Formats: sequence, structure tokens, C-alpha cells
Amino acid sequence: MTKKISILVVDDEESVRDSLFNWFIEDGYRVECAENASKALSMLESDNFDIILADIKMPGMDGLEMLKRIKTLRKDSIVIIMTAFATVDTAVQALKDGAFDYVTKPFDPDDLSHLIRNASKQISLLEENEILKEKVVSLENIEDLIGNSQAMQQVLREIESVAQSNASVIITGESGTGKELVARAIHANSPRKFFPMVSVHCGALSESLLESELFGHEKGAFTGAVYNRKGRFEMADSGTIFLDEIATISPKMQVELLRVLESKSFVRVGGNKEITSDFRVICATNRDLKTMVEKGIFREDLFYRLNVVNINVPPLRERIDDIPLLVEYFIRKYCTSMNRPPMTIEVAALKRLEEFPFPGNIRELENMIERAIVVGNGKKISLRDLPLGKTLVSTTVESLDDLEKNHISQILSKYNWNISVSAKALKVDRVTLYNKIRKYDLKPAK
Amino acid sequence: MNLENITLISFGYFEKELLEMIVNEIEHEFSFPVKTREGFLALSEYYDAARKQYNGNELLKVIESRFATETTKTLGLFNVDLFIPILTYIFGQAFLNGRSGIASIYRLSNERYGIEKNQNTFVNRIRKEVIHELGHTFGLIHCSNPTCVMRSSTYVEDIDQKNHHLCGKCKATLDFLISEGVKS
Repeated sequence: MTKKISILVVDDEESVRDSLFNWFIEDGYRVECAENASKALSMLESDNFDIILADIKMPGMDGLEMLKRIKTLRKDSIVIIMTAFATVDTAVQALKDGAFDYVTKPFDPDDLSHLIRNASKQISLLEENEILKEKVVSLENIEDLIGNSQAMQQVLREIESVAQSNASVIITGESGTGKELVARAIHANSPRKFFPMVSVHCGALSESLLESELFGHEKGAFTGAVYNRKGRFEMADSGTIFLDEIATISPKMQVELLRVLESKSFVRVGGNKEITSDFRVICATNRDLKTMVEKGIFREDLFYRLNVVNINVPPLRERIDDIPLLVEYFIRKYCTSMNRPPMTIEVAALKRLEEFPFPGNIRELENMIERAIVVGNGKKISLRDLPLGKTLVSTTVESLDDLEKNHISQILSKYNWNISVSAKALKVDRVTLYNKIRKYDLKPAK
Repeated sequence: MNLENITLISFGYFEKELLEMIVNEIEHEFSFPVKTREGFLALSEYYDAARKQYNGNELLKVIESRFATETTKTLGLFNVDLFIPILTYIFGQAFLNGRSGIASIYRLSNERYGIEKNQNTFVNRIRKEVIHELGHTFGLIHCSNPTCVMRSSTYVEDIDQKNHHLCGKCKATLDFLISEGVKS
């Protein structure tokens, strides 16, 4: 149901007040009238009106002066100024002082309807804006960040202290520990929260794609660049850019990134115009960047530029106390999303979960609970619903090469390094298999 | 208020048949008998020389004070161009949930807009305007249903878009308002 709009008519002429009163009443609005500015102002102190329709020429305080006072009382008030003698100067002055519109008396009935319709639209937009802002604010305590353990409380304290600053942050932690959630929490609690947080998964993109993704490109910069495209740095203007898997970027991109971080300006691929953007950088990695710097794989200057603050998200095995809370949260989350009645978990099952090492961390636990709800009896999660024997999420494998290496190694071991049989199982020829063994430096276990 | 009838009072020259053609629909819409009669007013008193129009606010007041009664809904029908101080023209106006209203046929004919005369369209527009203003006197406000007679109209094209019946919602409101009025 829509809210009933209230209108205050301020005019010294009784006939004008009566006319507008009758007109608006017939339209179903709540209408009140005041014969001068002082009465209108006192009415506004005790009552809220959505729209104020005021004559510009009134004895005592005129409409423009009243407009200024109304704006100090309520900044969002919609004031429409009416006058019998229109001059450009007064119209401009009224609009400069914050009037919503300016009309010359008498006006067409249709103009009046349009005026009020537009004002009503503005009111509903303002209200919608407020509601949306409240919703955004309510994200502040990101509800997915769960944990009462000391380790997690420490992370939350670090988020709180770093959020208000503009410092670059590196979030480290094993895969599946919730690094992106920590980044979101930092953004949501920062002064940049009403601007976008743009995420880039660096590991998923090749060097050229990542370059175009981060900096954008001009039309015709490369085959397939049919349109101009904004880059992620540009999109993150006034907000935050989250660079996930930062350790995977190439040396060339490291140089480019360092330059952008230092100057906060860049050029689109294929373009020549310098673009500036005000963004905050948050990075995440599951690798030890310091060791990478020592080995010369990651640039030292970039590392120090990014590593102003380091937040380490502990693996699940170091915060066993949080497992019951997390289990309860995931059960609630998936029961709701699957439209199932609330479920519980057997004590024995929970105990086993607390003993499980969870190499895939929270992501693995979450997947486990989701699966248990799907396959379970719909009332209680039992031990047999939990796939505790095998790891659901591969954690250490990052690249396709790693995956291939592991798989070939497993097959070779399975067939006792019989190359012919292994090649057949892998559906490749023997030469290819030998090449792969050389490439990955695979050797039979002693 | 114990309502007995609706009275249409014409001021100025009106073809007798014209009023007879709209009475049935009004009776059908409001379920009250409709009486028609001629009224006399010195319209020049309400003429605004600067605007070359007649003051609708003043005419409404005079209908209320001199012609309306406790037991009728009275509508003054004029053939002159009406205005109110704030608007360039009006088709009509009424006291919301009051005893009286006014309507003008001046801007309802095709000829006024340089289009070929069409008596049917003209009568239909008068019918809709009269039912609309009477609806206000019964307490109905503007309706958002595009075909409801209580839809606000600022141009004759808007009047043509709607039909001369109350929509289901307005009809139900009218029945409620009438029953409340009878109780009081």
C-alpha cells in the first residue's frame, strides 16, 4: 500500500488556497493550508508535509525566504514555488535555493497533475534510497563471518581497526577460510561502503585478459574489442578493488600494478588518455608472499606497497570451537534456501566434524552440510550423511598443471609405472606420457 | 442526511433533450431519482474580464448557498468557460462529500477544438462529467482505474478514454458512503 502524500498550500489569497485545497482533496491527498509563511513554518515544526506549494509574493516573509528556512528545517522537503509574475531571475533564485520546481499562476490542470506526480515520484525515490541505504548498512556485520573463537575474534578486531583507514591490506590464509568475506567486511565498514567493491580473480585470467580486465580497453585495441570497456580499477572509483590470488599475477602485471598503485592513474589498453581513479586495494592469497619475494618470484616493491596491513585468517582446524556455530549457521542457511523445515545434527556427527582436519576449511564444511541436508532424512544430520572419508574440496591444487601432474602421478603409481598401461588409461600415447613425466619431473617412489 | 434526490439545475440555454438524455444513466449509477430544472443567475457577476472566463469558485459557492438543500445533491450545469484562480480552466468541481457541485459543457464539444461536430461524443462527455462531479459530492475521490468515471480528466481526450460507470471499487465505496450517510 502506498503512503498518502501530504501537501501544505501556502498562499495569502484565500481563493487560491481553496482552489488548490479542493483540487488536491479530490485527488485523495492530505491537504492543509496556511495564509502566510510564519504560520506555515510553525505548522512544519509540528507536522511533516511531503510537498509544500508556496506563493512567492506574500506579506511579511516571502516565498523565497520561507524556502530557505524550510530547507534548514528539513533538507529533503519538496518545495514548489508559485508566482503570478514570472521572471527568470526569481525562478533561477528559487531553484538555486533548492526549490523542486517553479510554476506561474494560473497553470493548466495537466501541469498541476504532472507537477505533483513528479514530486510524488521524487518522494518515493528518496524513501526507497533510505531503505536501500539501511539495507547496505545492515551488511556491516557481515553475517557470514562467524566465530567466537579467540583466533576469529582477533580477525574481527583487525577488520574493525583497519576498515576506517585507506591502507592497502593483504589477507592471507588457506583456501576456503573466507578471505573474500573478510575483504567484504572491511569494505562494508569503511567510509567507502556506499561505493562499489569490485572483485577480480587474478588466477582465473591470462596475462592479457587480466590487463584488459583491470585497465579496460578501447574499441579496436585487439581482435574482439568491439566496444570501449571500463576496467575494474575505473569501476572501483571511490570504492574498493579486491584482487584475489594476487600471487598468481605475472611479472609484467606486477610492474603495471605497482605503477597504478603509486599513481592511481592508468591508461586503457589501446588508449592514450590517462584515467584516474580513487580506489582502495585489498588483496588475498593462500601463498607465502614473503618467501616468493625472497625467491624473486614476486616483486619486493609491490609486496611492500600492498602489505601495509596483513590479516591472517586462521584455518578451521585452528578454530575448532567455531565448528558448532558454523554448522548451525549452514544448516539454517541451506534449510531456508531449500525450503526445508529446520534440521539439527546428531551429537556424534558433530563430534566427528570437530575431529576432522578440514583441509578445505570452511568451504569444505559448508559443502559437507549442504550435501548432508540434500541426502539426509530431513530431520537430523547423522554420521552417515557426512562424507568424512574423502576431501570434497581440493585445496592445494591451484593450476591445471598441478592437477595434471597429480593425476599422472596417481595413475603411474596405480599401474606400478608401467608406461604402456598408464598411457592407455590416460588415453594418451607413450611419447606424450614420457614428455609429461619429463616436464613434471616425476619419479617412481622408492 | 436522508438523501431524497439529485437535482440538476441548468443555467443558460440548454436543449431540453440534452438533459433528458443523461438522466437515466445518473439514476442508474447513484440509485437516486434525478430531477432537472432551470435556474437563473446573473452570470455577469461571476465574469472575470481579465481572463474572459467565469469564476468557478464563486459559482460553486452560490450554488451551495442558494440552490442546495439538505436532502439533495445539487449540480449546477453551465454553458460558459469556468476557471479557478490557480488553473487556466476547469470542466467542473464539487465539494467533496458535500451538497453541491458545478460542471460546464463549454469545453466538451468537438467544435471547440476545430473538429467536426459529434452529438453522441458531446452527450457522452457531459454524462461523464456530471457523474464525476456528483461522485465527489458523495465523497468519492479520483480513481486510478483508467476506465472509471472517477478518473481525473484534464483534457476532453481523457474524458473520452473513460466510460460513464463507476469501477467496482468506487461503486463499493459509494455504497458504503451512502449507507454511512443514511446511518448518520
